[in-house]
Amino acid sequence: MFSLLRSMWLVFLHMFHKRETYQYPEHKAPIPARWRGRIALTRDPDGGERCVGCYLCAAACPVDCISLQATEAEDGRRYPLFFRINFSRCIFCGFCEEACPTYAIQLLPDFEMAEYNRQNLVYEKEDLLINSQGKYPGYNYYRVAGMSIQGKDKGEAEHEEPPVDIKSLLP
Amino acid sequence: MSTGQYWLVIGGVLFVILNTAAGLIWLERRALALWQDRYGPNRAGPFGLFIVLADTIKLFFKEDWIPPFADKIVFVFAPAVVVASVLMSFTIIPFAPNVMVADLNIGLLFFLAMSSMGVYSIVLGGWASNNKYALLGAMRGASQMISYEVFMGLSLMGVVVLSGTFNLREIVEAQRGGWYILPQLIGFFIFLVAGIAETHRLPFDIPEAESELVAGFHSEYSGMKFGMFFIGEYMGITLISSMVVTLYFGGWLGPAFLPPVIWFVLKTFVFIMLFILLRASMPRPRYDQLMEYGWKILFPLSLLNLMVTAAIKLLL
Amino acid sequence: MATIHIDGKTYQVKEGRNLLETCLSLGLDLPYFCWHPALGSVGACRQCAVKTFRDEQDTKGRLVMSCMEPVKDQLRLSISDKEAAAFREQVIGWLMTNHPHDCAVCDEGGSCHLQDMTVMTGHSYRNYHFSKRTHKNQYLGPFLNHEMNRCIQCYRCVRFYKDFAGGKDMDVFAAHNHVYFGRHRDGILESEFSGNLAEVCPTGVFTDKTLKQHYTRKWDMTYAPSVCQGCGLGCNIIAGERYGSLRQITTRYNGAVNGYFLCDRGRYGYEFVNSSRRIKQAAVRALTGTDIGTAEVLQYVKDKLASGKVIGIGSPRASLESNFALQQLVGRPHFHLGMSDTEHDLTTLALKILRQGHVRTPSMQEAATADAVVILGEDLLNTAPMMALSVRQAVNRQPAQEAMNTTHVANWQDAAVREAMQDKHGPCFILNVQPTRLDELATVAYQTAPETIARIGFALARALGAPLAGINDLTDQEQQLVTQMAAALMNAARPLVIAGYGSACEGVLRAASNICEALHQHAKPSMLVLTTPECNSMGLEMLGGLRLDSAVDAVMNGEADTVIILENDLYRRLDKHAADNFFRRCKEVILIDHLYNATAEKATVLLPAGTFAESDGTMVNNEGRAQRFLQVYAPATTAIQESWRWLLQLGRVTNCERLRNMEFFDDVIHALTQQVRCFAGIEKLTPPADFRIAGQKIPREPHRYSGRTAMLANISVSEPKPPVDGDTPLSFTMEGYRGEPPSSVIPFFWWPGWNSVQSINKFQVEIGGSLHDGDPGKRLIEPGGNGQLTFFTDVPDHFVACAGHLQLVPLYHIYGSEELSVHTPGIAERMPAPYIMLSPEDARRYQVAEQHQLQVAVDGHPYTFMVKVNPALQRGMAGIPAGLPGTGIVNMPQMAKV
Ligand code: SF4
Ligand code: SF4
Ligand code: SF4
Ligand code: SF4
Ligand code: FES
Repeated sequence: MFSLLRSMWLVFLHMFHKRETYQYPEHKAPIPARWRGRIALTRDPDGGERCVGCYLCAAACPVDCISLQATEAEDGRRYPLFFRINFSRCIFCGFCEEACPTYAIQLLPDFEMAEYNRQNLVYEKEDLLINSQGKYPGYNYYRVAGMSIQGKDKGEAEHEEPPVDIKSLLP
Repeated sequence: MSTGQYWLVIGGVLFVILNTAAGLIWLERRALALWQDRYGPNRAGPFGLFIVLADTIKLFFKEDWIPPFADKIVFVFAPAVVVASVLMSFTIIPFAPNVMVADLNIGLLFFLAMSSMGVYSIVLGGWASNNKYALLGAMRGASQMISYEVFMGLSLMGVVVLSGTFNLREIVEAQRGGWYILPQLIGFFIFLVAGIAETHRLPFDIPEAESELVAGFHSEYSGMKFGMFFIGEYMGITLISSMVVTLYFGGWLGPAFLPPVIWFVLKTFVFIMLFILLRASMPRPRYDQLMEYGWKILFPLSLLNLMVTAAIKLLL
Repeated sequence: MATIHIDGKTYQVKEGRNLLETCLSLGLDLPYFCWHPALGSVGACRQCAVKTFRDEQDTKGRLVMSCMEPVKDQLRLSISDKEAAAFREQVIGWLMTNHPHDCAVCDEGGSCHLQDMTVMTGHSYRNYHFSKRTHKNQYLGPFLNHEMNRCIQCYRCVRFYKDFAGGKDMDVFAAHNHVYFGRHRDGILESEFSGNLAEVCPTGVFTDKTLKQHYTRKWDMTYAPSVCQGCGLGCNIIAGERYGSLRQITTRYNGAVNGYFLCDRGRYGYEFVNSSRRIKQAAVRALTGTDIGTAEVLQYVKDKLASGKVIGIGSPRASLESNFALQQLVGRPHFHLGMSDTEHDLTTLALKILRQGHVRTPSMQEAATADAVVILGEDLLNTAPMMALSVRQAVNRQPAQEAMNTTHVANWQDAAVREAMQDKHGPCFILNVQPTRLDELATVAYQTAPETIARIGFALARALGAPLAGINDLTDQEQQLVTQMAAALMNAARPLVIAGYGSACEGVLRAASNICEALHQHAKPSMLVLTTPECNSMGLEMLGGLRLDSAVDAVMNGEADTVIILENDLYRRLDKHAADNFFRRCKEVILIDHLYNATAEKATVLLPAGTFAESDGTMVNNEGRAQRFLQVYAPATTAIQESWRWLLQLGRVTNCERLRNMEFFDDVIHALTQQVRCFAGIEKLTPPADFRIAGQKIPREPHRYSGRTAMLANISVSEPKPPVDGDTPLSFTMEGYRGEPPSSVIPFFWWPGWNSVQSINKFQVEIGGSLHDGDPGKRLIEPGGNGQLTFFTDVPDHFVACAGHLQLVPLYHIYGSEELSVHTPGIAERMPAPYIMLSPEDARRYQVAEQHQLQVAVDGHPYTFMVKVNPALQRGMAGIPAGLPGTGIVNMPQMAKV
């Protein structure tokens, strides 16, 4: 009983505390680097598209708002022919980023993407692809993957031996 | 009073009560914000006052959806019951010596009758929604209100014993010698708790309990039908506050430098704020705790209170 | 029955099987790689280790490979034993040492057995930090992608390709951790069954190349159970769609029909569905240029049907329902079957033999249990490819049995049995106009004219005791062959005779029937397979109707002037000139079809039909088995609809009494079963449209289906209501009942923890057995044995070469002879150029050599072909590739003037 009264009193005293609210948009809150906001598709250190169109982000998305079509370029790299995020559905859970094996899709500290027209919330690849490595600099999926692409043949990835000569009798 | 005056009083009471309820929307948000280190609505209009307007407009323009699986007539009917029953209760509140709609000699009983009507809206609303959450909320609401009704009535009997009347105006008059808060401290306390439970306000919002029941008995309601439940709740707060003031804090009585109505309003306001403060500081008890608390503590206590009061009254 | 104890629980299981199969059949999860339900065990991967215990007291136990251990009564084993589990995890760890970091770019991902097993064993952290060995990939043709780095050396691929399917051009190379699975050098994989490697290989080494063109993960496709349209065998397939185009065909396991496999025509021939030649809008030639909708087109057709003398031409590649709807619309006396002359004769005869004879026609899996095979006039790999796979298993039957008897190993001990068998084959005789690729299996392969094949067949029947007149003019070699075959057939327990449309000679079918009837007289459970040319030839024949000729006659003599053609390109049924004349005499040609073909060129009204992927329907395969295929996806435009729906609409606008009150698929089936008695029971092939499990439909999409709220967002951010399916118990969305559906409507195979095709294990009564509530499909023809059919006596005359003339015989090609599959670029790539095949004598006589051009005249119309010379061909005969685009000659056999 007393504790109830005490908590009422303590709550009452909060009347005289400092307000925690940021008066957005006059004052902007500092956003932490790992804030889950606007989604972008990043590039690897060579400037190539990181996304390989593996569909894992789409599968992970709880609201199914990512849709893409994978395809393969002349140089052997896989990339999304189109990549669409319907931000009017996105809940910014970040599952897509977690699912992405190539660090391609990243949620960035920016949330100011409101629109008057819902249709404008549908982002295509042109709207998503940025010219940066985002939060994970230095990672290049094709350096670790075994698929050969132009400029990186079999055996040239990290931790790879040159291709074996299957006609050789040597051990 | 002449017929004209009657209409004036009825109109005035309606106007004030409804606007208070609306104003409470703003007040509660601001007050809660105040106690939670926020600002609350402060953008629309001066001090964010127009939030009330905005909210009302919003409620009016929301899709007024009746679920296809609901019992249509009852579904529409339920929210009206809550508003009607609370408004009816206001008829017997003496705001000032001559400002009351009906000077019933069984005013207190009328109040009890009306407040128990309120349970219908919850049960009917929950039942008609044909939704598991709504039904659960309704069942909880029904049992909670029926239980608390019992000792709410009993706690009031202390006052009746002391004043010897059910007429609220006379009860106020009887307090000229001293407010009943002193002799009826326990009664007051029980009435307050029961009152919160009757209006199912936090911490006793078991029938709504959004963390477990979505929105309880009004899960399926939208638009102005939901608005009615909403308004009903705020009017309920006002009603219970007015009753507390009338029964225990001498109603309109007060030093003469202010007119009686103002005294009444001021006192009521304090209790309304108390309601809001309660909401800001209390967690919701578990359902079984609520019932246990009612039947095992409040009920014996109210009986005791009644007996002691009666005994003292007899002896003196 | 044996009692075994697994992890303390007691089970009653079948004897004679191995522990792995048994555990899987019991629904227990046990990882494996090298074992394959159709290929048996070799114990190579060490993945399936379990612990067995001597008795109750034995707590130590010993690790064994469950796939190599037979079930024994009172056997005690533990799957969950710590040591066994650790062992299995270790094995995966080793297998993964060289595995590339590829899952994201690997087409197998999401349906990868290796992924599944890795998760199942709990191997989650890589402990190997040295460098990985790598391999170079090979170009393997248009069907398969090769990515050797992903190999885990389970040897399944070569075991399937070489041992099971008889491929020659793939093997394992090098040694130790360098082993390499592929061809000796880059090149197209020859086998007609190469596509199965994509399913057999548990990893992403072999993946479907056509899928890669429009790559979609397994979880992202909308699936429906379907039936292959490639030939008359009716293999069961699963078709997957995404973004409005068909993406992939995979095997739909059917324990009676195709088992675990498909041929490459069936697997890859689906791309006509996505073809740019698709008819997408209803159109009226007279009104081209005006903007008219479906309603106006129907109105136009209504007027024409009211004023014209209407006949209908059905199609052996359209469903029963569509053909039936057309029959009802135009009336029985005006319904023509739309098969070419030869096809019509052969199919009629085949149906007669199957209905009235005493001999049962087997399903493909039954055929695989035969122990002596006689093939008359069929190049099976090209006319009924999957049947060839059955024959391959059948010829192994005898030596495998011997091997098992002498070495006392179980039949699933694949390596041991094959070692003991060496390359012995059971009796198999292949008689054909030219050598076939199955000849390597044959005890005797003999090439001669179809008529002679028939005569040999008649002689064989007589040798087996049939009351037939003797055939005297056989050569000694042929006589000897007859004696040899008779002996082999009499020795066999389950002899199998195969004939069919490939020979284009009725005599051959009669001979085959005679042989089987003769065997039947000896009370031998013989089997007779008669192949049919198209996916629904048999069904159309059972439905019944007039010959195509009579349609031509009717139009020519003015009895009809308006034709409704259902999914049929008459230029493949009639000689070009005959067809031209026919169309010239028609006032209105209303074509319901899906591809813009030569007939569409002549049509005055085009109604866009749905392909098999956009329609529901029933087809009857050569075995007389009615099978249902269900719509995979709703076509992008509402103008495209099932043929039968078009016909129902025509019925509605013309107030056709016979089509009254029919709207949905089930209505058509109901009317069909009412009107045509032999189809009774086909309404039960799949549950009706209102079938629900727990109040829910069966979802066509896996529960991980992605992109629902984004795939159409570029058109409008408000998602449209998904299409509703009023025809089947399936829903077009991922919502619905998540458990196991009835076997006939399983849209895809998936089981918790089993994302790859290996999940089929979970749907079977026992490994390799039927699906849980029976294999889908219903046999409509059982041997009548009503004494109507005994022996055919009309022996065809000897083939005699005719001076200055060539007898044209059809030569079939798996890639090219079928109308629709050639629209797949990969299949078109493997299709031969039109040619004429001559015997060396004829080549000399007409003074041509390989690659030369030769002009022949058929009915006075000249055709020019490139010459191929084949020494096995009879003098006076010439082979022409049947059905090949650009060949032009339709009706064969036929005389041509040089
Ligand atoms: S943040 Fe969450 S909801 Fe948004 S796209 Fe990614 S997975 Fe989907
Ligand atoms: S998970 Fe990453 S790589 Fe894969 S499709 Fe999404 S963004 Fe591309
Ligand atoms: S084979 Fe399977 S495990 Fe290997 S990269 Fe492909 S998907 Fe991944
Ligand atoms: S290629 Fe595939 S099937 Fe062949 S051994 Fe390697 S993993 Fe096994
Ligand atoms: S499955 Fe048993 S050893 Fe490979």
